[in-house]
Amino acid sequence: MIRAENISKSFAGREVLKNISATFEPGKTNLIIGKSGSGKTVFLKCIVGLLEIDEGKIWYGDTLFSKLDFTGKKEIRKEMGMLFQGSALFDSMTVEENVRFPLDMFTRMSEEEKLERVNFCLQRVNIVNSNSLFPAELSGGMRKRVAIARAIALKPRYLFCDEPNSGLDPKTSIVIDELIKEITVELNMTTIVNTHDMNSVMENGEKIIFIEEGEKCWEGCKTEILKSDCKILNDFVFANSLAKQLKASSLEE
Amino acid sequence: MFRFISGFGSYWLLLAKVFARPEKHSIYYRQTMKELVSLGLRSIGITTIISFFMGAVITLQTAYNTENPIYPTYLIGLGCRDAIILEFSSTIVALILAGKVGSSIASEIGTMRVTEQIDALELMGVNSASYLILPKVIATLVFNPFLTLISIVVGIVGGWIAGTAAGVITTQDFIYGIQYAFIPYYITYSLIKTLFFAFIITTVSAFQGYYVEGGSLEVGRASTKAVVYSSVTILLFNVILTQLLLS
Repeated sequence: MIRAENISKSFAGREVLKNISATFEPGKTNLIIGKSGSGKTVFLKCIVGLLEIDEGKIWYGDTLFSKLDFTGKKEIRKEMGMLFQGSALFDSMTVEENVRFPLDMFTRMSEEEKLERVNFCLQRVNIVNSNSLFPAELSGGMRKRVAIARAIALKPRYLFCDEPNSGLDPKTSIVIDELIKEITVELNMTTIVNTHDMNSVMENGEKIIFIEEGEKCWEGCKTEILKSDCKILNDFVFANSLAKQLKASSLEE
Repeated sequence: MFRFISGFGSYWLLLAKVFARPEKHSIYYRQTMKELVSLGLRSIGITTIISFFMGAVITLQTAYNTENPIYPTYLIGLGCRDAIILEFSSTIVALILAGKVGSSIASEIGTMRVTEQIDALELMGVNSASYLILPKVIATLVFNPFLTLISIVVGIVGGWIAGTAAGVITTQDFIYGIQYAFIPYYITYSLIKTLFFAFIITTVSAFQGYYVEGGSLEVGRASTKAVVYSSVTILLFNVILTQLLLS
């Protein structure tokens, strides 16, 4: 379980996160939603420790992560996997080398064992016969899937996804969403996904936190979101006509 | 002024991260070998071409400026040798490498920063500064002295070919000149300078790339800054080292 308590973060005097608290449960896909520039990515980067928080506490289980130094954080980071918005695959490495990198760095596995694990992870995300390709030779969806394979190579306890559907067509987005959901259950991970894709919300939203201008405005699950009377949330969720129709039919039911 | 002091402090903090204990020596060794090829072996071509023409021009310039019967012609060879060993092969080659290697390091690391590849390394628990910069520092410290030695040899050969082809000096006089009053310490001096310059090129350029914020435009700016700042620092250290090592 990950717990964020009263997190605040400012950049050059501009407050981006204002006193946000949230709990993220294991075995569930926890979503952070909000419009662009609302502070979702900053919140996620604070949770994983890529940004230092100004105030508050971040707990991983019973460990106060936010107070640890680089060496202390390193142990917990070995249990983290992250899918970045732009995939963040290493350009100079092939698909196989990208997925093998954490294994090379942190395990004493033999070459055969590493290859076996790499191939297992790649097959799990439906990437076959692409081991020797470079990231520049892959499509956006494939890059995301390779990034997921790299993220799960060390069987992490925590998975973080920053806008996993950005730049993808609706069908590929669904594939990525389903993959994240399945892997979360399989490995019993605590998964946190940043998104503004409403399809993801309706598919994966076991726990949803809505952020607006750096503040947590709403918390619930996908069934509750349709019936919420929070105006800011409704303006965001039901921004398009299809969503408005969905809301209307749900209220009729 | 505040920005300069702040940047200077950040540079030293980055160096402290770079020289932290490596996570896995075998990975760092592999990276260093890769960098030896990309930063070292791939610089031999440009170093050779520049050194050859540099030696040729020094010989011809020395010859045209010492056209006086009082001066023996072997002094042309001596002048060519000393100019190449003392200044050109270390300083000028370092300035050229600041352009080639420095911009490549800054743009490579800068691109990794803006595409979140450095964040990905950090998130895995890898000391990104050490993993990305230390192999480059080691590779240039190991290989640049060889580049300097290659530059000295090729420069002198260039001077000999140009001098004899232009008819300003005979082969015998040139060889006598390059052997005359030779001080072996000059080679040591040149190699010591090369080590300092290699360190400056790699760390200053890596610093510019590592702290890039923004997108491709900023990566380009960082690359330019890397070349400018490392060149200026090389020139500054050239003065300091010359005074310290030759006085």
